[in-house]
Amino acid sequence: MSVDTAITARSRPSALGGDLRRFWSLTYTLAATDFKLRFFGSALGYLWTLMRPLLLFGVLYFVFTEVVRFGGDIKDYPVYLLSAIMLFTFFSETTARGVTSLVERENLLRKVRFPRMVIPLSVTLNAMFNLGLNLIVVFVFVIASGITPRWTWLELIPLIALLVLLATGVTMLLSALYVRFRDMQPIWEVALQMLFYASPVIYVTEALPDSIERESMASPLTAVLTQMRYALVDPTAPTAADVIGGAARLLIPLAVVVIVFVLGVWVFMREAPRIAENL
Amino acid sequence: MLLTATVSNPTEARTSALERASVAVSVQGVDKAFRMPHQRYSTLKERALHPFAARSFDEFEALRDVTFEVKTGEFFGIVGRNGSGKSTLLKCLAGIYGLDRGRVEVSGRVSPFIELGVGFNPDLTARDNVLINATMLGLSRKEARAQFDEIIAFAELEEFVDLKLKNYSSGMAVRLGFSVAIQMDAELVLVDEVLAVGDAAFQQKCFAEFDRMKAERRTILFVTHDMGSVERFCDRGLVLERGRVADLGPPEQITRTYGELNFGQLPGVADLPPSDEPVRILSAWCETADGERSTVSRQGEQLIVCVRVAFARELLDPEFTLNFRNEARHTILVASTRTLDEPTGRFEAGENVTLRFAFMNRLAASRYTITAAVGEATRGFEAYGRAEDVTAVIVQAPHYTGGVIDMPFELELERS
Repeated sequence: MSVDTAITARSRPSALGGDLRRFWSLTYTLAATDFKLRFFGSALGYLWTLMRPLLLFGVLYFVFTEVVRFGGDIKDYPVYLLSAIMLFTFFSETTARGVTSLVERENLLRKVRFPRMVIPLSVTLNAMFNLGLNLIVVFVFVIASGITPRWTWLELIPLIALLVLLATGVTMLLSALYVRFRDMQPIWEVALQMLFYASPVIYVTEALPDSIERESMASPLTAVLTQMRYALVDPTAPTAADVIGGAARLLIPLAVVVIVFVLGVWVFMREAPRIAENL
Repeated sequence: MLLTATVSNPTEARTSALERASVAVSVQGVDKAFRMPHQRYSTLKERALHPFAARSFDEFEALRDVTFEVKTGEFFGIVGRNGSGKSTLLKCLAGIYGLDRGRVEVSGRVSPFIELGVGFNPDLTARDNVLINATMLGLSRKEARAQFDEIIAFAELEEFVDLKLKNYSSGMAVRLGFSVAIQMDAELVLVDEVLAVGDAAFQQKCFAEFDRMKAERRTILFVTHDMGSVERFCDRGLVLERGRVADLGPPEQITRTYGELNFGQLPGVADLPPSDEPVRILSAWCETADGERSTVSRQGEQLIVCVRVAFARELLDPEFTLNFRNEARHTILVASTRTLDEPTGRFEAGENVTLRFAFMNRLAASRYTITAAVGEATRGFEAYGRAEDVTAVIVQAPHYTGGVIDMPFELELERS
């Protein structure tokens, strides 16, 4: 008997699986289906994905330029605000939906053998579709504001890649833990709210008190947004390296991303075999 | 009956081919337990408050020391009552659940589907659902699109391709699921309860599909409650009872064991309480042709109903009757000694006798309760002793015709 599959007490359904083509087509199908379903039956469809960050932008813009008069002295504040909201929305959307993703896909997990990591990754991919579309709006806005295209715009690609890595790591970590601890969702909801204010979305890093300005850069979100401001909006703004005090120190937020990602993958791999049973 | 009875040679050929075939699935001593905490600690606070309490849980042993082998090309049935571990076993084979002990070896590509229509979403059209389902089952998106028309054609749902699935009837959704599932060219197919839904015409189509898979010598593991399809398709099977293998063997044996597990608790051999009737029926039971007590009888084989009777006073030529009622409580068959040519003779007071009624079983598959009575044969029927529903028998048949009896017949065809 030529054994193609041997299952023993030690072998378990894996997180990754061996077939990359199937892995990808599953991830893509799930992400595309979610994308389609999300606004199914609503008259404006995809526009709703856009409306949420745009409305948030409208409110914040009004509050911070008209009421608190904060944004006035920041160059191209509306452009920065909008792009920061879009990037942060990507992060919050991925992770918030990612937390419950495994539990929501219970029917698949319990009935079909497939690499478990497909599920959190499909959530990230789905959010990337949205981000892609939202970025079009951002660029329209940027150009309409009279900002001339620059090569530094390309820096957005690695910046977004870092964000994707971070969001995926968090999603894998939280979704695996959520199977066992259902408090993960409310906890993460609060954490996201805190992160929103702790990151320079409605303000810029220079506005922070000097004592914590540099330390705040340890957060990858802060570092990415700060660098984004320099690269996309205002070439005279300080780069992330300027704020943290030297390019070498950028290894700190980078290390945070890597650690979160590796931790997420590790926890997920560890939990993956028993997900179907623990659901 | 005659029409299907002529296939014995291919069957023999198949049996000997299977004997020579290689092993496709080997399951050795598999244990699988689920931990069921007395109280599920699923919030951090609870866990923080009771750090050690969480360790108290019940082990529910879903599978215990399950061992069997399936040959390549075999159609293998897995039956058992609800909760006996059938689906767990299939999930272990598919690699969805891990094992606690033992070893499963599979040669060939396993279809990953356990249930039909996995991942179907009610808000999507049939078209989208087929693509998703096919991707879940292992086709690439390109392959799924290429086979789409074929899938829809098999399901006979061409007119409803762009209808949302929630507007489908449940039978239509199952048809769609089945049509996708059979497109997978897996060498080992795991099927869990597919024939429960679907109308007669589609079931017929599924049967044809099973026959085709059999002919292609694909290995099929088939979970079902329908003994008719076990007998019709399976080469062998196993019965699970509380996670253990209760029986393993040819389909007739499997369906019999299954029937006994389900209905074995009937008052088949129990002694009846004493009464002051002139004739007491002490007990009754059924036997197979080889004299073994059984609560199950196969259509086409001999069914022997035994009744033990005690006479309290002397009787001359009493009439003994058996009355078979089906599940709908319709009287299907009455056997009376009155129809025999010879009188039954004289019985002394205090005499105990055992009567054996031997039938050629032509009853349709159902459960029959049997009422035994002893009475006066001369005028009408005056019962001296009677025991309502004293025993019961499950009749198993390879076919379900819808009638209450299945008569063998010969067919002659004359073309004018």
